[in-house]
Amino acid sequence: MGRDLLIHVKDLRTYFYTDVGVVKAVDGVNLEIGIGETLGIVGESGSGKSITAMSMMRLIPQPPGRIEGGEVLFYGKDLLKLSEKEMMKIRGNEIAMIFQDPMTSLNPVLTVGEQMIETIVLHQKVSRSMAKRRAIEMLERVGIPEAKGRVNNYPHLFSGGMRQRVMIAMALSCNPKLLIADEPTTALDVTIQAQILDLMNNLQQELGTAIMLITHNLGVIAELCQKVLVMYAGNTVEYTDVNTLFAKPMHPYTYGMLESSPKLELRKQRLDPIEGHPPDPYRLPQGCNFAQRCRRIMPVCEREKPTLLEIEPGHFVSCFLYERVKI
Amino acid sequence: MIGTNKATETLLKVENLKKYFPVKKGLVIQRHVGDVKAVDGVSFEIYPGETLGMVGESGCGKSTLGRTILRLLEPTQGKVIFEGQTLNELSREEMRKIRSQMQMIFQDPFASLNPRMRVRDIIGEPILIHGVLNRVEREKRVSKLLDVVGLSTHHGERYPHEFSGGQCQRIGIARALAVNPKLIICDEPVSALDVSIQAQVINLLEDLQAEFNLTYLLIAHDVAMVKHLSNRVAVMYLGKLVELTSSEELYLNPRHPYTIALLSAILLPYPNQKKGRIILKGDAPSPVNPPSGCRFHTRCPETQDICKVMDPELIDIGNKHFVACHLTIHTYEKIKVGNSVTNHQ
Repeated sequence: MGRDLLIHVKDLRTYFYTDVGVVKAVDGVNLEIGIGETLGIVGESGSGKSITAMSMMRLIPQPPGRIEGGEVLFYGKDLLKLSEKEMMKIRGNEIAMIFQDPMTSLNPVLTVGEQMIETIVLHQKVSRSMAKRRAIEMLERVGIPEAKGRVNNYPHLFSGGMRQRVMIAMALSCNPKLLIADEPTTALDVTIQAQILDLMNNLQQELGTAIMLITHNLGVIAELCQKVLVMYAGNTVEYTDVNTLFAKPMHPYTYGMLESSPKLELRKQRLDPIEGHPPDPYRLPQGCNFAQRCRRIMPVCEREKPTLLEIEPGHFVSCFLYERVKI
Repeated sequence: MIGTNKATETLLKVENLKKYFPVKKGLVIQRHVGDVKAVDGVSFEIYPGETLGMVGESGCGKSTLGRTILRLLEPTQGKVIFEGQTLNELSREEMRKIRSQMQMIFQDPFASLNPRMRVRDIIGEPILIHGVLNRVEREKRVSKLLDVVGLSTHHGERYPHEFSGGQCQRIGIARALAVNPKLIICDEPVSALDVSIQAQVINLLEDLQAEFNLTYLLIAHDVAMVKHLSNRVAVMYLGKLVELTSSEELYLNPRHPYTIALLSAILLPYPNQKKGRIILKGDAPSPVNPPSGCRFHTRCPETQDICKVMDPELIDIGNKHFVACHLTIHTYEKIKVGNSVTNHQ
């Protein structure tokens, strides 16, 4: 690929074993993020985007979950093979994570300062007073007014947008190489969402942190990402750069998703939805997971699973429509 | 555009509606220390057959407004007139009868269905309560309703947990349709659903409107979706309407600074479209102690001195485009004066 890879995920598979059957939540995901790059993962609920991130951080509850296979190479080192102790040095330090709901991911009985100091002291060899100074500096950086006083406040005294700023400050306090942001703006209002995305954009340019952004909102992807991975029912269906994805979507699912959302600038016309609903995760079809909803279904789609192939340079699609062309 | 032409008849008229929630302090002796002014003097009309969209951010009072219209919450002040009848004067029994004309679809498709009832009983319950049909007719009607919303009769035997979010929302819609209402208040009908399912439900709402001549009050935060479904759109901020006009006009010619900022904050699914985005500073103030004067003045990029002291009224600036902003009123008057001068010459 010729560029410096920060993280390279190869054929990641995470299954959940429940009383009713096996859920293949992530079933063969490949992705790579270069240093300072932003990768977006887009998909509907249940498509496995969060489980991919949790697997990379080794945060899957075991049992019922199990990482069945694959590699997560971080600077060439497989995170899945590290001991729990070594992994703890990576989490929060080299790779940090922010979540959708900023209320439940902050501890309500500790001040935001205490929570930030805890992280900093754990990972960097600094004194508590140094850590506090660093915490205040980070809070200022993410645009919290009067950070010196606010650092002693409890999370409930912050609004939703402010809490997400605190989360970002906390995540970036140890200068991570990669920030995994799982639906960072979904719980926020549009005007606040604009503030947070603007902040993330600026911070990335200043600090050079790579971001893996998980979202269901194509608008957020277009705003922030360079590369995009589209997931459907545990599989990667399309992977390319952001301009190509929006200009020339190839997988029928990606195409359908782009077509089915109301457009602000267009005159009123009937929406063209993807019919049906995602497959039952306990009973995935034998062939392509999207086959039942696909408008361009062929006999082969119901028999076999397609593989992710590079159809055009840098444009990976998992669909038989294009395999034919290639052969 | 249906409805907008028949401006003479009004289905629903809301006059200066207010809903305050008291804030109390003290465990035993509760002192009244203030009010959450969730809805603070809202007036508008809905014409038969149209869809009026109500957009705003969380906490602006749009859901409270919907509930207060149906008298699920008693208004603090103001009137709701439905087909010439003032709802606030009706007794409980009369109100119950008239509710068959006005139904509601809720945001959370799971929470709004009783998990212990079969789907056919959920849909049949409003028919039972309003006592319009006997048992056999009711069953027929339930099957028909299931069919109308795109489910089949055998689905009626199942319980809500056996359905996906989109299907549950269809059940909620069938229940709302059961008693042949004229007005349906849709409170965030698709925001809990996935993108590909949202489009299905939006199309269903449109089909049903055409088939049964329904009138919708659509409450949502997704401006693109509201614009798509509505004939006219009202924008709410901290309990008040700031702008009300046709959905085309709102998009092409927004006049209130809040509407302009709201529209510019929408992320479009196209890369490299970083057009002049207006990023508002800070959060919306608390509705307990809303700012003096214009409520938006604390975040408005174009605040004038007058905005801090005087609350602007919702004024028609022409073509039924209502705006509550001092700035617009002034510029409008200037234009008007300017025009009359040029006319004289």
